[in-house]
Amino acid sequence: MEKYYLGIDLGSTTSKAVIINQKDEIIGRGITNTRANYKVAADIAREEAVYDARFTLLSQKLQEEINTKPEFKKYMEDIRSVFQYRQFKRRMDSLEKTFRETVDGFKYDNKAEILAEINKIIEIIRPQIRHEFVNENLGSKNQFFRDIVCERYNNEVEKASKPLFEPLMLAFDKSINPVENEMVQFNFKELVHESMKNLEEKYEGLVDEQEDGSKEDWYYAELNAVKDNYKNVEYTLRQHIDEIADQDIHIATMVGTGYGRALLPFPENCIKSEILCHAFGAHALFPNTRTVLDIGGQDTKAIQVDSHGLVTSFHMNDRCAAGCGRYLGYIADEFGISLNELGPEAMKADKETTICSTCTVFAGAEVKELLHNGEKRPNILAGLHKAIIQRAMSLIARSGGVRNEFTFTGGVARNQAVVKYVTQMVTDAYGEVTMNIHTDSIFMGALGGAMFARRNLNVDLPTQQKKMKKVTP
Amino acid sequence: MKDLKTIIEECKDLSFDLNFTRAKEWKEEKPDRVVVGYMPIYFPREIIHAAGGLPVGIFGGGDRKQIIKGDAYYQSYICHIPRSIIELALDKHMEHIDGFIFPSICDVIRNLSGIFKQQKLGKFVKYMDFPQNFLPQIGGVFYQQEMQHVLKYIKEINGKVPTTEELNHSIDLYNKNRQMIEYIYDVRQEFPWRLSIEDVYCIVRAGTVIPVEEHNEILEQVCELIKEEIGTPQDKIKVVISGAFCEQPSLGLIKAVEESGCYVVDDDYMLGSRMILGDIDATTEKPLESIALSYINQSQYSSSIYDVHNPKENRLAKIVKDRGADGVIFASASFCDPSLLDAPIFQNAFDAMGIRYIAFQFSENINQYKVIKEQVGTFSDSIKLWEDEPINA
Amino acid sequence: MAKEAQKEKSMILQKEMIEGLFNDLANAKELGKKVCYTFIPGNLSELIRTFDMLPVYPEINALQSAMRKKSAAYIKEAERNAHSEDVCTYVKCDVGMMMKGNIGPTGQKIPEPDVLLLSYTGCFTFLKWFETLKREYPKAKVIMVHTPYQENAEMTPEMTQYMVKQFQEEVIPQMEEVTGIKYDEEKLKAHLRLSAKAEDLITEIFDTTKHKPSPIDAYFAGVYYIGPINIGFRGTQKAVDYYEELLKEINIRIEKGQGPITPEGEMKEEKYRLVVEGPPNWTSFREFWKIFYDMGAVIVASSYTKVGGVYDYGWRHDPDRPLEALAEYCMNCYTNLNIPQRIDLLKKCITEYDADGYMTNSIKSCNSFSAGQLGMMREIEDSLEVPVGFIESDLVDPRYFSYSNIKNRLESFFQMLEQRKSMEKETESV
Repeated sequence: MEKYYLGIDLGSTTSKAVIINQKDEIIGRGITNTRANYKVAADIAREEAVYDARFTLLSQKLQEEINTKPEFKKYMEDIRSVFQYRQFKRRMDSLEKTFRETVDGFKYDNKAEILAEINKIIEIIRPQIRHEFVNENLGSKNQFFRDIVCERYNNEVEKASKPLFEPLMLAFDKSINPVENEMVQFNFKELVHESMKNLEEKYEGLVDEQEDGSKEDWYYAELNAVKDNYKNVEYTLRQHIDEIADQDIHIATMVGTGYGRALLPFPENCIKSEILCHAFGAHALFPNTRTVLDIGGQDTKAIQVDSHGLVTSFHMNDRCAAGCGRYLGYIADEFGISLNELGPEAMKADKETTICSTCTVFAGAEVKELLHNGEKRPNILAGLHKAIIQRAMSLIARSGGVRNEFTFTGGVARNQAVVKYVTQMVTDAYGEVTMNIHTDSIFMGALGGAMFARRNLNVDLPTQQKKMKKVTP
Repeated sequence: MKDLKTIIEECKDLSFDLNFTRAKEWKEEKPDRVVVGYMPIYFPREIIHAAGGLPVGIFGGGDRKQIIKGDAYYQSYICHIPRSIIELALDKHMEHIDGFIFPSICDVIRNLSGIFKQQKLGKFVKYMDFPQNFLPQIGGVFYQQEMQHVLKYIKEINGKVPTTEELNHSIDLYNKNRQMIEYIYDVRQEFPWRLSIEDVYCIVRAGTVIPVEEHNEILEQVCELIKEEIGTPQDKIKVVISGAFCEQPSLGLIKAVEESGCYVVDDDYMLGSRMILGDIDATTEKPLESIALSYINQSQYSSSIYDVHNPKENRLAKIVKDRGADGVIFASASFCDPSLLDAPIFQNAFDAMGIRYIAFQFSENINQYKVIKEQVGTFSDSIKLWEDEPINA
Repeated sequence: MAKEAQKEKSMILQKEMIEGLFNDLANAKELGKKVCYTFIPGNLSELIRTFDMLPVYPEINALQSAMRKKSAAYIKEAERNAHSEDVCTYVKCDVGMMMKGNIGPTGQKIPEPDVLLLSYTGCFTFLKWFETLKREYPKAKVIMVHTPYQENAEMTPEMTQYMVKQFQEEVIPQMEEVTGIKYDEEKLKAHLRLSAKAEDLITEIFDTTKHKPSPIDAYFAGVYYIGPINIGFRGTQKAVDYYEELLKEINIRIEKGQGPITPEGEMKEEKYRLVVEGPPNWTSFREFWKIFYDMGAVIVASSYTKVGGVYDYGWRHDPDRPLEALAEYCMNCYTNLNIPQRIDLLKKCITEYDADGYMTNSIKSCNSFSAGQLGMMREIEDSLEVPVGFIESDLVDPRYFSYSNIKNRLESFFQMLEQRKSMEKETESV
C-alpha cells in the first residue's frame, strides 16, 4: 500500500497541511484560517489536503486524457472549485441555522424584523457566492469561509436600515465563530456527485461566446471542448470515482510545525520547529537554496541552509512585531481595506513615502498624519511595504546575508508589492542572485514537516527521544 | 558679501552632506592632510587642527539614510544614531576619513568604537575617555594623555607633531569661533525673529565639517548681517531645548518646534561646538594643559559628565533665567540613556523651582511631527494664557 | 533550591554569609559601622573592608527583588516619577524600592548610605544611578572612581596611575573622613592576599566545565557561585572557605561522572554544551533555566559571571602592589573590556570548553552588554563556525520576558544543534 506523510503548519493567521507520497511529491494541500480552536483549524486543513489528494489521484488516473483533451483539463479545474462550493454550502446552511438561534436569544423587541433582514441578505448573497464559485473559480482564490461571507454580508448590512445595523453585526459576530469552529464531516463521494450535477447545469447553460480577442485562444478552445464533451468526461470520471473515494489515504507519520505547534493535538515527538521545516521545504522545491526568508504572521525568519537543506543559522525578528505579516494586517485595518487589496493598491504607487516607524503602534498615527498631509494612499502603502522588507533585509544581514539561491516563503509571498521590494532590495544589496518565489510558498513549512515525517529524521525533541525509546520495545 | 539666505543655504548643504564632500576636497588639496571624524558630544578639535588635520563631526544619517545594515548590528531597543553611523561607514560614505574618535558619552557609542575596531574601519579608532575626575593633577593629566594618544595616531599618518605655537594658534581660532556662535545666540535671545533656530542650527553645524578658518568667515558675515533688524517679531514664548545633544533631530523637527509657538533661545543640539564656555588660554607654554583645564573648569553641563559638585539642574535653571526663557523643552532621543536617566532629576528639580517644561522623544529619522507640534503648541498657549492672567486674579 | 536533599554544604555556607551581611546592615547603627553603596563591576571590597564599612549593592537588591516578584511594582513606582520606560530597570527597581521604604531581600530595612562609592566601571548608567541617589540622600558622600575603559585592549601605565592617584587623593582621604579610620595598607594587603586565593579557587571551579559531562552549569548555577566573591566577601577567609568547599563538592561530582544540579535535581544527560553572553533574566529565572535543562543544555561558560572580575587569563590581586592591583582589577572587569577583547574571551571559552553552540541573551536594560552583541555574534559564528542563537529579555522587568517567544527560539536553536550534530556523526561514520 502506498504510504503518505502529513505536515501541518499551524501559523498565527493560516493553518496549512501538505500530504506527500513516498517520493516527496506533494499530492495534497489544504489551507484554512487559524481560529480560536487550533484543533479545528488543523483538522480542517488536513481534511482539505486529503480531498485535494483524492483529486490529485483522480487526475493521475486521467493523466493521459488531461494531457490530450482540453475538456478534461477544464473539467478537472472546474470540479475542484465547485467541490469547494459544496463544502461552502454545508457551512452556509449551518450558518443560516445558527443565525436563527442567535437572533432567538436576542433581547431586542424586533427579533422578527432582524431575522427577516438576515434571511433577505442570505437570499441575496447565496446566489452571488454560488455564481462566483461555479463560474468565476472562487475556489482557487484561497479565501476562507469567514472572509467570503463576511465581505458580502457587510456590503448588504450597509444597505439595510440604520437601526438594524447593530443587531445585524452582532448576529454575525455571534454566529460565525461557532460555525467556523464546528467540524463538519463531508462524504467525498457524495460531494463529488453533487459537484458533477452543478457542473452539468453550468455546461448545459453555456452559449457560444464570441471570440473578441480579449482572451487567449486556449480559453475558447477549452470552453468549446467542454461544452461539447462534458458528458464524455463525466462518464470517464464515474468509472474512477468510487475507487478513489474509497481509497485509504494512509498517513504513515506526521509532523506539526508553526507558531501554534505546541497547541496541536499531536504527540509531542511529532512537533518540529518551523525554522527547520521552512528551510527543508524550500530546499526540497529548490535544491540549490542557501538562504530562505520567511515572512510569517508573528515572526519573520532569515535562515541559512547547507546543501542538504539543514539549517546552519537563523535569525528571527526581535520582540517588535514590525516587519511581520501581522503588520500588514494592522495596515489593512488602518486603511479599511482587505489584506488581499494591499499589494495591488501599493503597486499603483508612483513613489514610496518614507515611513519612519515600522512600529505597529506608531505606524497608525503616522499613516493618519501622512493621509492628512495629502500623501497618496498607494504611495503610503508602497512605503509601508518597503519598510517591512527593510526590516527583513536587516534580519538577513544579521544571519550572514543572501547566498545564492534565495528562496522567499510565507503567505505574504502572494503579495505582489512584497515580492517587488524583496526582489529589488535583495538585488541592490547582493547583486543578481537566483530568486525563488513559488506559488506554493505558503505551504513550504507544511511541506518541510511532511518531509521530516517521511524521513522520521530527528523528528523528536531531544528530551522526547528517551521516552520514545522506552515505549518501543 | 553674500546675503543671509545664500549663506544659510550653503551651510545647510554642508551640514547634511552625507559624503563629507568638503572634507574630501580639502584633503585632496595636499598629500599629507588628515581627516579625523568625531562623534558627539565634544572633542577638542584644536589639537587636530594644529596637527594639520581637519576634524569632522559625525552626527548620524538623520532622515536621509535608509537603514538596513545598521539594524543588523543594533537591537530595536537601542537608539538610532549608531545604526546610521555604521550604515554610513559600511556604505563607504566615510572612506576618506582617516581616523574615528568616539568621545565617552554612553555605553552605546563606547561599544560602537569596538565595532569600528572589529570592522577595521579607518586607520585608527580611538575611544576618548574624558576624565570624570576634575582635579587638574589627576583628571587634567589623564586628559592630556588622552589627547597625546590622538596626536600620536595622527603623527603615524602624517608625521606631524604640532608645536606650541601651532596649538595656541588653533586654540585662538576656535576661541573666535565660539565667540561668534555665542554672539549669534545672544542676538537671538533678544531678537529671535532675525534668524530662525533652524538657520542657527545649520550655520553652527556647518562648522563641524569644514575648516575652522572657513567657518569663521561665515560666522563673521552672519554676525554682521544680523546686526540689522530683519524679520518681524511674532507672539511666541521663549524656550530652552535640552537633551538632544547626541543624536540630532531632523531639521524639520527643529523647525516644527519654533513654528509651533516657541522661540528657541538656547539649546544643546550642537553642544560640542559650544561646550567650552569662554576662551581657552592661547598664550601659555602648555597648550594641552590649557585645553584640559578649560574642560575641567569651564565646560557646559552635560548628561555625560559626572556632576555632583555642580548639579546640572541648577545650571540649566540658570540658562533659563539668563536667557529670559519661559520654559524648557526636554527633547530626548528615544532610548538615549544619558538624556532619559537625567529626566527625573531635571523634572523633580524644576517642579520644585516652578520652571515649566514639557518632554518628548524623537529619533533622528522621524519626519512626521504632528503630535510633537500639538504638544509644543499647547505648551506655548498655556504659558501665554498664564502670562495674560492678572497676578491677583 | 526545590529539592532539599540537593542542598550542599556550600549552599548553606553561602546562605549564612548573605544573611549575616544583611543582619549587619540592619544593625549598622548599633554596630557603629558606616554603610557604603557600591556596584559589582569594579567593587573595591578590600578597600571597603579596610575601612570597616558594610557594602550595599543596589544591583543585587534589584535582582533579588525580581526573583521575589517585587520588581514590577517598584519599576512602576519609578516610572510614575518621570523615569523612562526605556532605561535600565535595575535603576528603576532600586529607586522604586527606596520609594517604598527600602526593605531589602531578607525583609529587613537597608540603611541609608554614608558613602556612595561610584565605581564607574564598564557601565555608564552607574554614574547616572548615583547622581540620582545623591539627590535622594543629600547627606551621603559620593566618591567617584573613574575607571578608564580598555579601549585599546590594554591597561597602560597611564591608566593605572590615573586610578591610583584617584585612590590616593580622593577615595582614601574621603573614606578616612567618613569613617574616622586611618588607612592601613597592611590591612588592605592581608585582604588582597585572601582575594587572590579566592580568585584562584573560582577560576578552578569555572574551569571544571571542561569535563564531560560538565559537573556545573556556569551560568544558571554560576550566578550563585559568584555571589560571595562579588558581594563583599572577596578578601575574607569566609570566601576562601566557601570556594574550597564548593570545589570539593564539584570534584566529587566529577569523580562520579555527574552532571550539574538543577532545581529539579541532577541533570541526567548532557546533550548540548553552550557558552552564553549577557546577563540572565531574573524575573523568570527558574522558567528560563528550565527551558535549558529540560533540553539537556548545560552552560559551560558565560560572560555574565565575569562582570565582577575576569580571572581567565591569570590576573590576580597582587598584595605587593595594593593600589595598582585595585586599579587593574577595576579595569579588568568584563564590561570594561572592548568588543574585540570580549570576542576573544568568548572564543577562548567556546574552544576550551568544547561548546556546541553560542547563545546571546540580549538584555534591553543593559546597553553596556547589549550594544554590539550582534556584531560579536556574527564574528564568532564566522570565525569558529559555531551555531549561534539569539534571544531577548530583560533584567528585572517582567514585561520584557516573553516565555513563548523565548521558548520558540530556543526550541528552534536546539533542534538546529541536534540536526547539525547528527549530520556530523553521519559524516564521521562515512
